Order: sequence, then C-alpha cells, then structure tokens
Amino acid sequence: MTSSEITTTADTPGWNRIRMIENPNVRYGLVVIALIYILWSAGTLEMNWTRLLNGIPRAVNMFSRMFPPDFGRWNLLVKGMLESIQMALAASLFGMLLAIPLGICGASNLVPKPVYLAARALIVLSRTFHEIIIAIFFVKIFGFGPLAGVLTLIVASTSFISKMIAEDIENMTPGQLEAIRATGASFPKLLIYCITPNTLPRFLGVSIYRLDANIRHSTVVGIVGAGGIGQVLAASFSRYDYDFSLAILITIVTLVFAGEFISSWVRNYLR
Amino acid sequence: MLQVIDLEKVYSTGTKALSSVSFAVDEPQVIAIIGPSGAGKSTLIRCINRLVAPTSGKVMLDSIDVASVSRRELRKVRRRMGMIFQEYNLVDRLTVMENLLSGRLGYVSFWRAYRRKFPPRDVAAAFKLLERVGLEGYQNTRADALSGGQRQRVGIARALMQAPDLLLVDEPTASLDPKTSRQIMRLLVELVNEQGTPALVNIHDVALAQSFSDKIIGLKEGAIVFQGTSKEITEDVLTEIYGEEDWSLTIRKVDEEDEDTGSKKGKKDNGYIQEAVAG
Repeated sequence: MTSSEITTTADTPGWNRIRMIENPNVRYGLVVIALIYILWSAGTLEMNWTRLLNGIPRAVNMFSRMFPPDFGRWNLLVKGMLESIQMALAASLFGMLLAIPLGICGASNLVPKPVYLAARALIVLSRTFHEIIIAIFFVKIFGFGPLAGVLTLIVASTSFISKMIAEDIENMTPGQLEAIRATGASFPKLLIYCITPNTLPRFLGVSIYRLDANIRHSTVVGIVGAGGIGQVLAASFSRYDYDFSLAILITIVTLVFAGEFISSWVRNYLR
Repeated sequence: MLQVIDLEKVYSTGTKALSSVSFAVDEPQVIAIIGPSGAGKSTLIRCINRLVAPTSGKVMLDSIDVASVSRRELRKVRRRMGMIFQEYNLVDRLTVMENLLSGRLGYVSFWRAYRRKFPPRDVAAAFKLLERVGLEGYQNTRADALSGGQRQRVGIARALMQAPDLLLVDEPTASLDPKTSRQIMRLLVELVNEQGTPALVNIHDVALAQSFSDKIIGLKEGAIVFQGTSKEITEDVLTEIYGEEDWSLTIRKVDEEDEDTGSKKGKKDNGYIQEAVAG
C-alpha cells in the first residue's frame, strides 16, 4: 500500500462515477423503451400523401400571387399598424402599473402568506392561457376591435412583469430589508428606499422587453378579431388579396425588427 | 436603560434558540456577547429590536416593552436602536449619503424620503459623521463601490444617524481582515464613548472581545453561562462556554491591557444630530 504507483487491487478499491440512475437494468431499459416508442409512433403516423401533394401547386399559386407585394392600400396598412402600436404601448403601460402591486404581493419575503398565495394564484392563472384564448374571450365579451386586444395584452403583460418583479424581490439579500426595517422605517418607506433601488433597473428592462413582445403579440391577437394589423391581415387572407397580405407581413417584420432593436438598445443602456 | 427579562425564543422548527436570558445595560459601555456558532447570539440581538419576535419574556427599553408593543410603537422604538451588521447590509445601489440618511427614515415623511429631501440638519449631521468615520468626500459614491472596511464605516454611520440610545452590533468584524477588524472595533469603542451610547456587540473573536469591551456575556445553547469583565475570562470560563480546548494561547494577558478601552467615559453628549442644529 505504500507503493507510489496507482494500482487497482482488492485492497485499493477503484472508483466509478455516480450515475443518475444507479440500476443498469433500469438505465438501459429506459433507452429500449424510448427506441420502441419512436419506432411505434413512426409506424402509426398517417401521412396523407395525396393531400400533401395537392397542397404544393396551391402553395405555388399563393406565393406567385403574393408577388409583387401591393402597398397600394397603404392607408389601411398604416391605420392597422398604428392601431397595433397603440395597443402595444397602452397595454405595456397599464401592464407595468398593474404589475407593481401584484408583484409586491407575490413576493413571499414581504407579505403575509395568504396575500402571497392569492397573488401567485392570480399570476399563474393568467399565465395559464395563451393570448389567443384570452383574446377570444374578450372578443366574445366586448366585441371585435382593439379594446379586446388591449385588454388581452394587459392581462398578459401584467402577469409577466409581476412575476419578474416578485422573483426579483425574493432574490434580494434579506440583510438590506432587515437593515432598513431596523431603522424604524414603515413599509412604504421600505418600498421606496430599499426595494425600488434594487428592482427598478430590472423592472424597466423587463417592461421594455414586454413592450417589444406586445408589438409582436398585437399583430397576432388581431387575427381573432381583436383589432390592429392582425385583423387587417386576416381580412386580406380571407379575400385572397395575397399581394396585400405580403405587404402587411413585410411591414410587420420591419416593425418587429425595429422594436427588437430599440428594446435591446435601451436594455443595454440600463445595465 | 435596557433590561432583558427571561427572554425565550423557540423557532417554528422547534429549535430553542434562547432560554430565560436576563441581563441589563445601564451605562454607556461596550458589552460583548461571545459564544459558539448557533448559541443564539444573532437571535438575541434581533429579539431586542424585534426583527425576530421573542416567544416570551420582556425587552424593556426604559419603560417600553419592545416585545409586546404595537407595530406602530415598534417602529418608534426601533428608531432609538441603531443596528450594525456583519454583511454591512447597505442598500448597494444607493449612494453613501443616501445610505447614511436612511438612518433618518423613521423620522421623515414618506414624500421627503421619496424625494430624498431630508431636513438640512440631518444632512449636516451626515456630513459630520462621514468625516468622523473617515469617509470624507465619499458622499456620492455608490455603496457597492466601497471596500469591506469602508462599507462597515458607512454601516456604523448609518446606525449613528438615528441618534440612538442603544447600538445593536451583530458580528461587525467577521467579514473583515484582522487589521480592519481592529480599526472598526476601535472606531466603535470611540464612538460609544463620545456619544455615550451603550453597544451590545456579538463577536466570535474572543481576543477582540477582550480588547475592546467593558463587559462580556457568554452565551451557550441559548443560555447565559458567564457575565463579567474581560479580566475574568479564564480558561475555565472559555471551556464552560465553548467546550474543552487548549485556551492558553487565546486568553489575553491582563498585564498587556492597553488604553484602548480606557476609562475616558463621558456623559452622554447631545450627539451629532443636536450638535449640528446648534452649529
């Protein structure tokens, strides 16, 4: 045992890495099950080849009718676009404002347990449904148009931003909160003097990211009738005005790019 | 001044952190609380300003029982107790001046705090304290740009901004190097003497405790097992507090006593806040 050479004998046990799944039967068994599943699902996949083939000439037809893009009805385009931008801006602003109280209530280190649970339940609930589903609800309730779209985006923005705020507050070192509490500061003063400086940069960053996301989403919710450029797009498709559709798509891409560019610039500045 | 009577703390996990702790602080002096990790030192300090709610017992600050006052009264009584932390606990994204002024949060209105418009005498006091702790000119530096020793100086100044009747100090030197530790302890002792504010100091470094304190409380498993002066710390006492170990090198020889803790105790003067008004 005093030998300087590394040997593996009965006295000096070798070393094996610890596996996530210790039992080799289970480990390889899972691999076999995965393989069987892939083969089985490939076998049951019903590809309707004739339908797929029929689709190709239709696609060619559609794309050829898209060119050249028709910007002739630019007034309709601009109107829809502005509506989308307005929807995004309004939704982001209201989302930010509503997210502050909800986010604070969702931070377990600040509020009593029942408040925390209620706020978190609200956040989770509003994140459960996709924007489209919420938009369909609001269109049913408030009718077609941008109001339904704005409300949809407000719900989505609020839940998203408030979740970020809550998590940012929970990640704060408890010491700072303790120190400010120890000075005899009340809860509102704790908010402005300790929590705000710690969470403001990220709050603004997330909000701007959300504004960018809202511009994208505002084009989507329009498709179910909730106003904005999406509604114009859906209408153009249903009227087979494919050249106009392409013009709209190009405009959307430009807008989203611009939004992305501006938001990343601002977020860099905040950091 | 401060009287702790039969203080008990049982955490919701069932851990008994403090059991019938009683002691009194009645003159401006530095009282060190020593004891092994988990002995309840931090809990004791935090029970005094109720950052941790005691299970039973009384914490009498003059005639107010901190353990049982309403939340509103609690905020008022917390203003009278300055707290200093191991991790400094400054608000990192705020400037040194804003951190100092946070010591006045209990006294100013919400809007003043929001706009950072503190009364001129508070600002004057802050500048004076900044100079006193050796950070002149740092008022606009962000707290996270300071070194550990500098941060602790800001922490001390913030606590003193409250013009407190009592200082609660939780392991002030545990995150600092030995030299900075001594500087910070010396500053603390000087300020206690200048302002006539007693300080309760949690400290795990026995030698530091002996050098810089007037009185030592030994805590073991949540109970007080020793109360006395630093000269009364013997190997037996340390064994009682911490358990069996060779203590011969830890104990500070009495004849080496220097004038660090000197007897130059003054009457409690008016403190920086009032001084600035007069000036």
